[in-house]
Amino acid sequence: MADNTNTGTFPGEVHNTPGGGVLVSKLDDVINWARSNSLWPLVFGTSCCAIEMMSTASAKYDWSRFGFEVARATPRQADVIIIAGTIVNKMAPVLKRLYDQMADPKYVIAMGACATSGGPFFYNTYSVVKGADHVIPVDVYIAGCPPRPEALLHAMITLQEKIRSGLTREQIKMQKPEQSF
Amino acid sequence: MTNEELKIKATELVPSATFEEGGEWLTAQIDPGNWLSLARELHNNAELAFDYLFCLTCIDFKTHLTMVYHLTSTTYRHTLVIKSKLNRDTPEIETVSHLWRTAEFHEREAYELFGVNFLHHPDLRLLILPDGWEGRNPMRKDYEDPINIIKL
Repeated sequence: MADNTNTGTFPGEVHNTPGGGVLVSKLDDVINWARSNSLWPLVFGTSCCAIEMMSTASAKYDWSRFGFEVARATPRQADVIIIAGTIVNKMAPVLKRLYDQMADPKYVIAMGACATSGGPFFYNTYSVVKGADHVIPVDVYIAGCPPRPEALLHAMITLQEKIRSGLTREQIKMQKPEQSF
Repeated sequence: MTNEELKIKATELVPSATFEEGGEWLTAQIDPGNWLSLARELHNNAELAFDYLFCLTCIDFKTHLTMVYHLTSTTYRHTLVIKSKLNRDTPEIETVSHLWRTAEFHEREAYELFGVNFLHHPDLRLLILPDGWEGRNPMRKDYEDPINIIKL
């Protein structure tokens, strides 16, 4: 069977038979394919990365091309949280709470230097969390300060590939390089 | 009023004031003891009519603290900056929150970040910092926090 984990095409094969055809697939693959193409982001932005995120959502970059257009203002209806900006100590429990309120399966993109490591606020700051992964697990990191919309789109497509591959975070870490997606 | 006219007027009100020039705005350096009477006059005098305090902040110079007030008049469109040096160990200055309401929370911010005590402030408590930060002033240059701060 063809390996469809790398593409957005439907994971399955059609076997032509007289009078129609038979589709062969794995239910897990179909579920992952469906999930990856309809990721609803949470409306969440704490600083300038949010401006780039809004730009990515708007007409010029238009993330709805990849199934991200249904941004939700409540974590209960969101699948993915894009941490767009600096997380300060006072915000950390709020972020944790938002993440906890999201229904499984849920995904996290750390957008930009602040969300990845504290970035420009790594040294000599009393208030900034040095990386959002101190608070919640992160699936995809984006470099940049702030990252361009193309970088965010790339991260989203990377997240989709990760979901389609159907592997957990631990399984991906254990994979050999040539097998990685 | 032009900066020159403002300077003459401010000298009348506070004879001991010194001035910095060269910037866009006239900057007057005054003694903290003169601040309340000067502020009242700047706000209430019909010729001056400084009705808008658009910035209130504090600077730590290690040897002293400096309060900085940016005032403007929406009627005359003139702007004046007031600076006042405070003793770093017991920083105290009169509140102006009864003249410019916006100062109420700006002063709370200067209080929590620099530890400036605003005398006669109606509600001087922490603004944004969580409970338990009283007496720890993170924007002071000598502030230490070995848990959260990675020094460079």
